[in-house]
Amino acid sequence: MSEFPQPDITTTNKPFWDGLKNGELLFQECVNGHRWLPASDFCPHCLSMTFKFKKASGAGKLISWVIYNHAHHPAFEKMVPYNVAIVELDEGPKMITNILCEKENLIPDMKLRLSIKESEGVYLPKFLPT
Amino acid sequence: MSNLNQMSGKYVIAGIGQTTFGKLPGRSTISLNIEACKNAMIDAGIEKDHVDALLVKIPTSAREFMYGQKLAAAMGMRPKIGGSWDQGGAANIALISNAMNAIEAGQCEIALVCYADNPKTGNRDHYARPRGDDAVFGWFSTAAGYAMIQQRHMIEFGTKAEDFGIIAKAARRHGAANPNAQLRKKIDMDSYLQSPMQIEPLRRDDCCLVSDGGAALVIMSAEKARKLGIHHAIPILGLGQGQTSADLTNRPSLTSTEAVISAKTAFAMAGLKPKDIDVVQIYDCFTIAVMMTLEDYGFCPKGQFGSWAANGYLEIDGGLPFNTSGGLLSETGMPGLQLILEGVKQMRGAANLQVPNAKKCLISNQGGTMHTHGTLILGH
Repeated sequence: MSEFPQPDITTTNKPFWDGLKNGELLFQECVNGHRWLPASDFCPHCLSMTFKFKKASGAGKLISWVIYNHAHHPAFEKMVPYNVAIVELDEGPKMITNILCEKENLIPDMKLRLSIKESEGVYLPKFLPT
Repeated sequence: MSNLNQMSGKYVIAGIGQTTFGKLPGRSTISLNIEACKNAMIDAGIEKDHVDALLVKIPTSAREFMYGQKLAAAMGMRPKIGGSWDQGGAANIALISNAMNAIEAGQCEIALVCYADNPKTGNRDHYARPRGDDAVFGWFSTAAGYAMIQQRHMIEFGTKAEDFGIIAKAARRHGAANPNAQLRKKIDMDSYLQSPMQIEPLRRDDCCLVSDGGAALVIMSAEKARKLGIHHAIPILGLGQGQTSADLTNRPSLTSTEAVISAKTAFAMAGLKPKDIDVVQIYDCFTIAVMMTLEDYGFCPKGQFGSWAANGYLEIDGGLPFNTSGGLLSETGMPGLQLILEGVKQMRGAANLQVPNAKKCLISNQGGTMHTHGTLILGH
């Protein structure tokens, strides 16, 4: 039995992972209104260090996806075939995630909603078709 | 832009060298690099004491601290300028640029640019590695990023599986004709379409080889090559670079990269346009990389690859022969230097599958998941 991959929790991204435990998906927004994911100490647009973590509505859309037919890590052997997708939140930031449906039901630009799932002690932001 | 134009044709690739490609058990990356460098120096007709810069692309699967200095030590060299450079597959062209600039500035005269790796007999974990914290979603491997880009290309432009098959079929035809190629097996469209899915939508035949091997180039001024009597030196007419940098989720578009800027610089330096190019060597780690490079360079209208490349246009007897030695898909999975060697051979008129009367060859290199890009134009 292989351990499930764990995120590397740092001072920078701890609010993001804590948010998920509390049922919230957080993104960052700087004083100049730029928004981003993943967590960073600087705004990737204006390099501002003045920012807040804000709660996402949980609505988003599907940009692209792939299907893994073989696991690259023993923890995923029971899940194949599984998808990994890029989702764009309504607020703008984009993220890597999983869509909780069969591959036949994945449609480009389809609307999605957040569904936080616990996996081996880690709370992960995944998405469901609406 | 004036300095850019003044550099066109002022520097040459004066020598090329390589090892055999494929499975080379027992060979260290240092050993492979030395063999390639030695062959490049023999080809240029120079001695190692003539070389005063040793510029090394770091082995992808076996990174080592101070690698450039280890190689210099193993070769008994004390170069003025040396070191290893990490930029993925675009590093080869970056190092040629660095060599030209250093020679232009009077810091050195003759540079060796080289690369070797042994992932086939060694360790290929690098290519299947977790992608940061996103491993929690099962996001692993280099191929997956290209699959993600390919899927979006198919969504935005209606690109079909057969369009990628055109690329794989051409590369495999050219590789099959190359006695030094690692994979010498032609495919037709049906066998491409039946090729097993790796990470969907990528098929096995969309993916490059994993190979051991090394290659090297000698860079000097055209004037120096004339003085040394090197008759088969090939002028560098254009060179450009561009870095997309952002990971996939933070790109404004998944279907275009800074390859656009890289090509624009190279064409401006050379004073040429895509229609002036006779043969191309395009970085084909995955077939989607070839398609997007040809689109971003202006050879093919965006999203119209299938009709543009139909009827064998990229094959040796077509309008724009591509990867005439088989590329990463068929000759060797080496990240890009073999494409530059093949470009030199085409311009010498000495390629295995020679394009008749070819005068201008364009080469692309790229690294990461299209994070970095380099463009080179060689010719007379």
